Amino acid sequence: MSIREERKTEPVEEYYTWTGKARGWLLKHLPADKLLPQDQPSYVASWIYVFGMGAIVSLVFIVVSGVVLSLNGPAWYHVSDFGHFVNSVHLWSVELFFMTMVVHLWGKYWMAAWRGGRTLTWITGMGAFLVSIVAAFTGYLLQTNFDSQWIAFEGKDALNASGIGAWFNVANLGQIFGFHIVLLPLAVGAVVALHVILVRMHGVVPPIDAAETDAQLSGTDRTEATR
Amino acid sequence: MHPLISYFAAQDSPGIYLGFGAFQIQLGNLIVILVMILLFVLALFLPFPSGKKRP
Repeated sequence: MSIREERKTEPVEEYYTWTGKARGWLLKHLPADKLLPQDQPSYVASWIYVFGMGAIVSLVFIVVSGVVLSLNGPAWYHVSDFGHFVNSVHLWSVELFFMTMVVHLWGKYWMAAWRGGRTLTWITGMGAFLVSIVAAFTGYLLQTNFDSQWIAFEGKDALNASGIGAWFNVANLGQIFGFHIVLLPLAVGAVVALHVILVRMHGVVPPIDAAETDAQLSGTDRTEATR
Repeated sequence: MHPLISYFAAQDSPGIYLGFGAFQIQLGNLIVILVMILLFVLALFLPFPSGKKRP
């Protein structure tokens, strides 16, 4: 008996509190076999599907190197060899993060990956991209060199013109530091986590020319389809 | 530090810019865009290694 068939035979539990209802909703929309699947559909066996995970791995490197940088401070990473190395790892992880994210975006755009009720997955992906741009911008402001000073004073006029300069002051190093190491990483992490959960809920989008009768889509013969 | 690295590290310049009429782009940005296009094309055409045999 497959996992799906087993679930169908389970007695329907009645939920009457918000915690119970939340559990019921999660169990219905994100059962364990969707959250951590054993296999992926056969169409996922292509290099174009690895770039999303590439972006996540890059993000892990960004966060870990960023924690090391913030714990030691610019007086360390500007002068010591190891500090230069960690600083470079942070920069190049960001470069890889954006490159893999953009190739992921191109791939999903040409697959029309918003199909099949995946609109929110697409929107959260775009949200992750936009929040990451703001995070990267604040990172450039934290270089504490002439480059960051130049970028801040080029950027302040645009931000003031848009009316947000009063609470997002790019010339205020302490404020931008807070944005860069607390608020924006939390925002990027939350949006990326939601994006990944939505991918797990809806599954990886099938190719455009895949027939609805394909075994791998209907789930009638999952074992055969995922070989 | 390697002399070549210190040479490039000392280049406190805005970088190399390429211009085609009204269009202008920094060489570093152009390289990143070209690498992304190359990765995209390779991902479409390179064969994906087969995974381990499943029971």
